[in-house]
Amino acid sequence: MTALLEVKDIRCSYDHVPVIHGISLHVDEGETVAILGANGAGKSTLMRTIAGLMHPASGSITFEGREIGKTPASESIKHGISYVPEGRRLFSKLTVRENLELGAFSVTDKSVVAERLDEMYELFPILKSRSGQTAETMSGGEQQMCAIARGLMSKPKLILLDELSLGLQPSLVERVLATVAEIRRRGVTVLLVEQMVQEALEIADRGYVLQTGRVVHEGSSQELLDSEEVRRAYMGM
Amino acid sequence: MSDFLQVLIDGILSGLLYALVAAGLSMIWGVMDVINFAHGEFLMVAMYICYWMGFMLGLDPIFTWIASGIFLFILGGLTYKWIIKRSLGKAAMAPLLATFGLSMLLKNFCMNRFSPNFRLLSGTLLDGKTFEVGGAIVSVPQLVTGIFALVILAALYWLIKKTRLGWAIQATAMDKEAAELMGIDTEKIYLLVFGIGGACVGVAGGLMTTYLAVHPEVGGLFSLIAFVVVALGGFGSITGALFAALLIGLVESFTGFYVAAVLKYVAVFAIYLIVILVRPKGLFGW
Repeated sequence: MTALLEVKDIRCSYDHVPVIHGISLHVDEGETVAILGANGAGKSTLMRTIAGLMHPASGSITFEGREIGKTPASESIKHGISYVPEGRRLFSKLTVRENLELGAFSVTDKSVVAERLDEMYELFPILKSRSGQTAETMSGGEQQMCAIARGLMSKPKLILLDELSLGLQPSLVERVLATVAEIRRRGVTVLLVEQMVQEALEIADRGYVLQTGRVVHEGSSQELLDSEEVRRAYMGM
Repeated sequence: MSDFLQVLIDGILSGLLYALVAAGLSMIWGVMDVINFAHGEFLMVAMYICYWMGFMLGLDPIFTWIASGIFLFILGGLTYKWIIKRSLGKAAMAPLLATFGLSMLLKNFCMNRFSPNFRLLSGTLLDGKTFEVGGAIVSVPQLVTGIFALVILAALYWLIKKTRLGWAIQATAMDKEAAELMGIDTEKIYLLVFGIGGACVGVAGGLMTTYLAVHPEVGGLFSLIAFVVVALGGFGSITGALFAALLIGLVESFTGFYVAAVLKYVAVFAIYLIVILVRPKGLFGW
């Protein structure tokens, strides 16, 4: 079986500074895979590159067997890759509903958009009661849910979740991460980046640990949780 | 009393024209953070188009505004494609200086081709038509232009606030990268916004030939006022542009009549200075 997403030995630079020095990974259909690592390890650059906001200097990225290394972000979503960026990046002056509808911008059929909107309101009831409010007036947790819902509006095959827990209070982190399980139950493949290693490995099947632009550990979540090295370096145990 | 009404009507009518001229400039700034310095010259080009179509083909500006609107939509789009796109992301001043260069080019081209003479269309359908309201005289060409301005501004407002395309334009303005992640082709949005900006000024210029003379320098004052309107109303706000333009129009006409005609622009720019000092983001700015 070929992987849904296959990243092969990519190298990327940010403003001519090399950030990723040859990363390979794969995500199979239906899996939830976590990418872990400290600040500056290259996690977000990796996600941005897969989403098409950046392009690798070398190496290849294939999605469903199709090369997407040079595909611009506005095209990736049409292929079925949706990226929920770090820091949420909601359209702050637009209402929740408008934000969600833009998530399905490439869908022209109005009834399909309405259907998905209802689905999202069902998944996140809080968004329904906030639908006419501008995004900036919501709390951090609500904004994160709105960002996830916006990312799901395109009915992606693969969703990239970047630092969902960033800037959220601990009680909310659990609630937001719990939605990942729900996304997965809906048959969406998930690739997520997290600094909360323990929490991320609890919801993921497998994980990759990044350090200064390279994969230093990989394995099933259990293996990583059991690994002395990972525990010491990333969980302070 | 009829003096007051007359001055009020004059102020409102010039205000509506200023609003239409400023709307395109405001939208381009709001979405792209680019100041189109050639905006006034776009207006001049539109006026020349309708003037020559009227003079040579006998077509009335009340119809040919469609042609100047379409032509300026295309000119705006090409300006984005050939000039703005290449200068974006370079030095901060690059788009500004590039459009300044374009304005010089357009102005001097018209100077060279058409001479600096003032040219006014005569014998048009609305030429010199007026009617009286409570002792005040309303110029029909100005009134028609004002009504067009209101209709176009309302349509723009509806487009931006109520349609998915409008949300996409706003999304692009707020966060270009995030907009691309939604599948929005931001290049096309920029092209469209520049086109709409051109079309607004194209329609305004076309209708203006029903009562104003065209000459190569005509854009200068209008673009200056448009900059004031945009800064006053708040960059990127259509409603802001409308209210600021009405304010400018009224200040201009009241100062011109009750104080002294030579001081009307002094008052306009004084208001601008005060607002910029007290509230730099403009009256309706984000």
